[in-house]
Amino acid sequence: MTILLHLSAAIAVVSTILVITRLNAVHALLYLVVSLLAVAVVFFLLGAPFVAALEVIIYAGAIMVLFVFVVMMFNLGSEIVDHERLIFQGPIWVLPGLLALLLLLELAYLILVPATANFGVAMIGPRQVGIRLFSVYGLAVELASFVLLSGLVGAYHIGRRYRAVPEERGR
Amino acid sequence: MTGTASLQFGLMLATVLFLLGLIGVLMRRNLIFVLMSLEIMFNAAGLAFVVAGQRWQQADGQIMFLFILAVTGSEVALGLALALAARHHFGTLDTDLISRMRG
Repeated sequence: MTILLHLSAAIAVVSTILVITRLNAVHALLYLVVSLLAVAVVFFLLGAPFVAALEVIIYAGAIMVLFVFVVMMFNLGSEIVDHERLIFQGPIWVLPGLLALLLLLELAYLILVPATANFGVAMIGPRQVGIRLFSVYGLAVELASFVLLSGLVGAYHIGRRYRAVPEERGR
Repeated sequence: MTGTASLQFGLMLATVLFLLGLIGVLMRRNLIFVLMSLEIMFNAAGLAFVVAGQRWQQADGQIMFLFILAVTGSEVALGLALALAARHHFGTLDTDLISRMRG
């Protein structure tokens, strides 16, 4: 278990270093996804499976899709053809794929060897988290919903202004 | 791994990831990369919360991670909308050039 923890921590650190040194934003995003997946494995090994699932679903899923969407919006023009060509010829995806494969092997090992499912650390599952979240932290849940609403309204407002300006220039 | 060793290891990993994110924020000039580095720093802070919560066998650390997740979600939505607006107004994502704006 210690070796698995150290391996996923090393993958997280290496891919994070690669994130902040890449020149192309899409390559950096690939490594960022791998880094978040590695941190999710660390969460799982520390006995927090609910947070590990949320890390994969929300961080590596939803938020990274948002990033990819915006980066793809910026990359308009003729250079996009060269980028598409690079995807198929270059070994860009090989290293992130390799790191993700290591994480997949760790996960397969954890699933296939049930004797290691209990590592001596007590799991805190979604049940305890949910009970405590909606009893003690009820007010904080409401405040988090306010934060999300303000993010929604703010993003809509800024995005709407961004869209409305070229129409006025057109007239 | 015992509780204290796991706590020490997790906090070290969180510190390293946070410092890498901080270096990214200070070093990079592209707004998208700055936002990505901010994500790394948020994630490292959440990792520290979860590690400490697991050390004392309380669910509070994971609950704090959920709140960090909510804050991160709205931060990313606002940040990327601002990046789109900055790209539209200034024609660039370079933070050095954007810092010239007045008013």
